[in-house]
Amino acid sequence: MDQIHPQPLIEVKELSKSFNDRVVLNRVNLKLFKGQIVAIIGKSGVGKSVLLKHIIGLLEPDAGEVLFQGMPVARMKAREKEHYLGKISYMFQNNALFNSLTVHDNVAMPLRYQRRAERKAIDAKVMQRLEQMELGDAAGKYPGELSGGMQKRVALARALITEPDIVLFDEPTTGQDPIRKNAILGMIAAYQHKFNFSAILISHDLPDIFFISDIILALYDGKIIFDGTPEAFEHFEHPFRTEFIQSLELLQQELTGLYSRRQFKVRYQMDLFRNPRESGYALLIFNLEELPRVAEQLGPTALQELIAVMSAYISKHFNEVGGFSTRYGSTQFVTILPLANADEAGRLVALLAKDLTRNGLSRLACAESAARGGHRSASITITAGIAEGKSQTPLNLVIEAARLKQQPLVRFNVKCREN
Amino acid sequence: MEESVTQLSESSGRRGLFSEFFGAIGRAGWRGIDHFGAAGIFFIQSLAMIFRRQQLKSIVQQISFIGAQTMGIIALVALFTGMVIGLQLYYTLIKFGAVSAIGSAIGLSLVRELGPVLTAIMITARAGSAMTAEIGIQRISEQIDALITMRINPLAYLISPRVAAAVISFPLLTALFDLIGIAGGYLSSTIVTGVNTGAYFYRLKASLAWIDVMGGFTKALVFAVLVVTICCYNGFYAHMRKEGRGARGVSLATTAAVVQSCVCILISDYLITSFFL
Repeated sequence: MDQIHPQPLIEVKELSKSFNDRVVLNRVNLKLFKGQIVAIIGKSGVGKSVLLKHIIGLLEPDAGEVLFQGMPVARMKAREKEHYLGKISYMFQNNALFNSLTVHDNVAMPLRYQRRAERKAIDAKVMQRLEQMELGDAAGKYPGELSGGMQKRVALARALITEPDIVLFDEPTTGQDPIRKNAILGMIAAYQHKFNFSAILISHDLPDIFFISDIILALYDGKIIFDGTPEAFEHFEHPFRTEFIQSLELLQQELTGLYSRRQFKVRYQMDLFRNPRESGYALLIFNLEELPRVAEQLGPTALQELIAVMSAYISKHFNEVGGFSTRYGSTQFVTILPLANADEAGRLVALLAKDLTRNGLSRLACAESAARGGHRSASITITAGIAEGKSQTPLNLVIEAARLKQQPLVRFNVKCREN
Repeated sequence: MEESVTQLSESSGRRGLFSEFFGAIGRAGWRGIDHFGAAGIFFIQSLAMIFRRQQLKSIVQQISFIGAQTMGIIALVALFTGMVIGLQLYYTLIKFGAVSAIGSAIGLSLVRELGPVLTAIMITARAGSAMTAEIGIQRISEQIDALITMRINPLAYLISPRVAAAVISFPLLTALFDLIGIAGGYLSSTIVTGVNTGAYFYRLKASLAWIDVMGGFTKALVFAVLVVTICCYNGFYAHMRKEGRGARGVSLATTAAVVQSCVCILISDYLITSFFL
């Protein structure tokens, strides 16, 4: 038994499942501890959804078992199963919304049929959740009248309305544009912090899944080929990883115009670290201060747009002079300017500051709740730090040096666009 | 030697064909019994959940769909059925000089047979097929799975209101059919062909016994149970059809539901009639 976590909330033990002689899951193991987010990655059709459906009891395994707090789900009595299902929520890949019910009724459904709460209280809670998902105007519409992305958010709202202990997300970001993909993942992370639920999340196309997951589980050919932290996944050697990471990097670039962490390291190795000459470079670190407050006031989509616009500014100012950048954590950006010194870097940073002050970051898509709360803009501070590095100096030391030298660069307002 | 080998292979081939033929019949029989039992349990479980809380609104909605919205087509079919029976009987009875019996003939045929049977077939065509398709689509789009994950019993939520609505609507629509059919018979036999109005209603009233009306309503109730069970069961398990999945599965389920319902209506009609007569 684990010393730190005495008992997993959910445990999948040696689970196997075949459909028409095709083995979909082959002795799969999984553990989900309280407060954790486990991400399952893998190509389409490898059995990720099948695994989730076993956990919630929609499918029965050919072999192996699913345990909830040590109790086998398959052997639960009706009342125990009811209790188990009351603690767990499932967001379906295809949303599974009721087309004959309005968005409001769809989201209210789990509350109306289970809890003896007053109708008014349920309606208020549903409206609050819909507004958080930027769906306030769609409450009276039917799912068929909404775009795929909006339907996905309705399904997400329905999954979270009961404030469950465990949430199973089956591709929650499929069909969303890159900004909203990150916004939804940000929302999941924020709710996870707020309600401390545990989650198993399936995704196969998003880099930012690494920011919110505690454990990555890679499914390949019906087997778990990796089970570890996102950091450990970066060092995992398998053909699947190369394939998978490449597709992620393409999306990362599409979203921000910046390198992924891995690409950044590869470029650093190629350009500087392996350079036989003792060449120097300038390293810049930018930090967007007070981002959680902006997210709270203007909504998660506005936050992701802000990050995307900031990425575009960094690319615009440093790529054309041979620099390369990456996101470093959720609020930081790191840029390397090869063959440059701190003075030259400082001049470029000053130009960036001037550009930001003049043009600013405006016209963000803010949440409806932001307008109701009287928030149409928020102030934000960007800090910057510059350090010089040599090709043989470990990168993390240079980053740390730049971080220590961080100073406020520019303070300005970000504004919501008019609807 | 060669001859005997040929004879042996021929006879074993024949045996193979025979065993295949009867084997197929046997397998189909077992499948039928299996489905019959499963559908029976499906109905009983759904029936038991009718009286749960929050069912009234759904039941009223289903009565509106199965009952109220089917009234128009039932009235139309009943009117013309009554009229055509009136004409046919007039030209048959006149040969025997028994035109005065037209009222009883129309009344008895409608109340005992045509009313319940045609009403059930019309409801199957209009509402039964829609039930199967709707539930089937809910199944293949994982809405039924979503109900399970939300701790909402799919039988209670989807099937029970339909069972209740069918049990209420079938006898009422049958009564409507009977009334309008009798009116249609009256129109064609008295106004078109000139049968005496008093004779029509007198013979109708004199020949119709309480047991005829009860028999008609018993049939309507049995048909309601059969149609709603068959249609809902086919929709609910549309995803398990081996012949086709997805949209094709739903279309096959809908076709099967209508055919099975009509066949079961006619077979059970015979059985109930033989019991009442």
